[in-house]
Amino acid sequence: MKLSSEEQAMLNGEQGEARRWAMEHMIRVGTCFDAEGFVEVTQAHMMADTESLGEAGVEFVEKFAGLPEEQRKVRIPMITDPRGIDFRHYKTLKQTDDMATLEQRAIDAFKALGILMTDTCINYQTIMPPMRGEHLAYGDTGVVIYCNSVLGAYSNFEGGPSALAAGLTGRTPRYGLHLDQNRRATCRYRVNYQPQGLSDWGALGGVVGKLAGSYWEVAAIEGTDAPPGSDQMKHMGAAMASFGSIPLFHLVGHTPEAPTIDAVCNPAELECLEINEQDIVEFYGNYGGKGEKVDVVVFSAPQLSIIEMNQVAGLLEGQKVHKDTALLVATSPAVGADAERLGISQRIEDSGGLVLHGMCFYQGYAREMALANGWKRLLTNSAKLVNIIGGYGYQPSLASMEDCVASAVAGEIV
Amino acid sequence: MTKTRELKCHVGVGEEVTGVALVTDDNFSARYDLDRIKGIFSRPQHKLAGESYVEKILVVNTAKGGVASAWMLHEMAARGIAPKAILFNRFNPILAQGAALANMACCDRFEEGDVTTLIKTGERVRVLPQEGRVVVEPAG
Repeated sequence: MKLSSEEQAMLNGEQGEARRWAMEHMIRVGTCFDAEGFVEVTQAHMMADTESLGEAGVEFVEKFAGLPEEQRKVRIPMITDPRGIDFRHYKTLKQTDDMATLEQRAIDAFKALGILMTDTCINYQTIMPPMRGEHLAYGDTGVVIYCNSVLGAYSNFEGGPSALAAGLTGRTPRYGLHLDQNRRATCRYRVNYQPQGLSDWGALGGVVGKLAGSYWEVAAIEGTDAPPGSDQMKHMGAAMASFGSIPLFHLVGHTPEAPTIDAVCNPAELECLEINEQDIVEFYGNYGGKGEKVDVVVFSAPQLSIIEMNQVAGLLEGQKVHKDTALLVATSPAVGADAERLGISQRIEDSGGLVLHGMCFYQGYAREMALANGWKRLLTNSAKLVNIIGGYGYQPSLASMEDCVASAVAGEIV
Repeated sequence: MTKTRELKCHVGVGEEVTGVALVTDDNFSARYDLDRIKGIFSRPQHKLAGESYVEKILVVNTAKGGVASAWMLHEMAARGIAPKAILFNRFNPILAQGAALANMACCDRFEEGDVTTLIKTGERVRVLPQEGRVVVEPAG
């Protein structure tokens, strides 16, 4: 890879061990993808929950946190994805003191690096949405696909180590979606069904993700009538990225790079697959569970916007969650503060729900929580979550937000 | 396929390793598919469900899912509950990043075609990521 004098100095260790490691790491990755050089980025967003980091990952970050200030501070605004612990409620969730201790060590190390602990996967709704054409180093696949597709920003999936490397150096290898030629559609779908609620949009994302099936595919989607809202795009993108590892889609007529299908592909050369209502019905049917006792109902993945929080509170109004069912609602610290100020969280908690700030369910030692709480059957309106959580020992089911709340009250899947 | 044979791939990450292959045409995510405490595939729908991946040369189709694998490979390697190498038809940035941090051998884009059909479970495999080469010896 071609390096500038600044990049060569960092690689040589002239600016400390953290930046030397960062350059070495990014060159290893960039070489895999034939990157010719680096691109400067304006923001980094890092996924780094302690279940993923483990003791080894926390020690890795602590090593950098112990460096002199001029060697350890990140060079661009750098924010964090959800954590795995909400210190107010970890005992309620039967997470352990050891988990909380490791979490605190990680937070202390990240703060020493100058990272802003925003703890959110909805930064594009709550912190600072990127501009079209802005080069970024974002982690969390849902964040990346939303910012690439809906906002027209340029980012690859940057896992925690690579986001950290980008934060320390202000750059990332120039490959993949930093290159215009890789942003054109490679597969094409026509939707013959208008998704209704958030879970429908998630299901559509899941269907497209399964069909496209690779990070190197860019999906063009035609046939949706009205411009969907931000929460709808959030659920569709998160599911598409989860099921297919897809980092970019074009919703023709609605997203910025695709005012028409011709803007993103030659339609005569790209076969168009039909997606019908039956595909969505079958997607839901993969999970089942109707009539079964539900142990935990989860609203998370992605974290809820203030609008979704208010919708959940409204659906719970005047009802109580069943005594044998837990109802968890995860949102960002910023939305959480607003929800408290507006009395929304109180309304959820008066009905027996638990509002979690700055964490996401699947990033919170989900396997250990299942064992400690006796949770098996999980119900959610998040297509992303049902895709992830089966490997953690849960039996996941997918339903609309309305049916999730009704099931939480009934104690069984309605 | 009874003779020792050599496969060519794109230059990958990590150091040379040798081990026994565990092959599937399914995809891979450390978060979605593994019980990293027991060292087995845990997602019931995964074609390797119940199989141990520890110390194996894992051969899979592509990477799927989220970003967690970028930290998790490092965490798994630190506890000695990790594959020795992962070979893909095509990996994504997350798996390359994770392998780079963990210094785990990882390669993709095989010139001879679908790597999940070119290598069989149980065969002995030598992975040379920096040379973009994989040497396969028949089982037994």
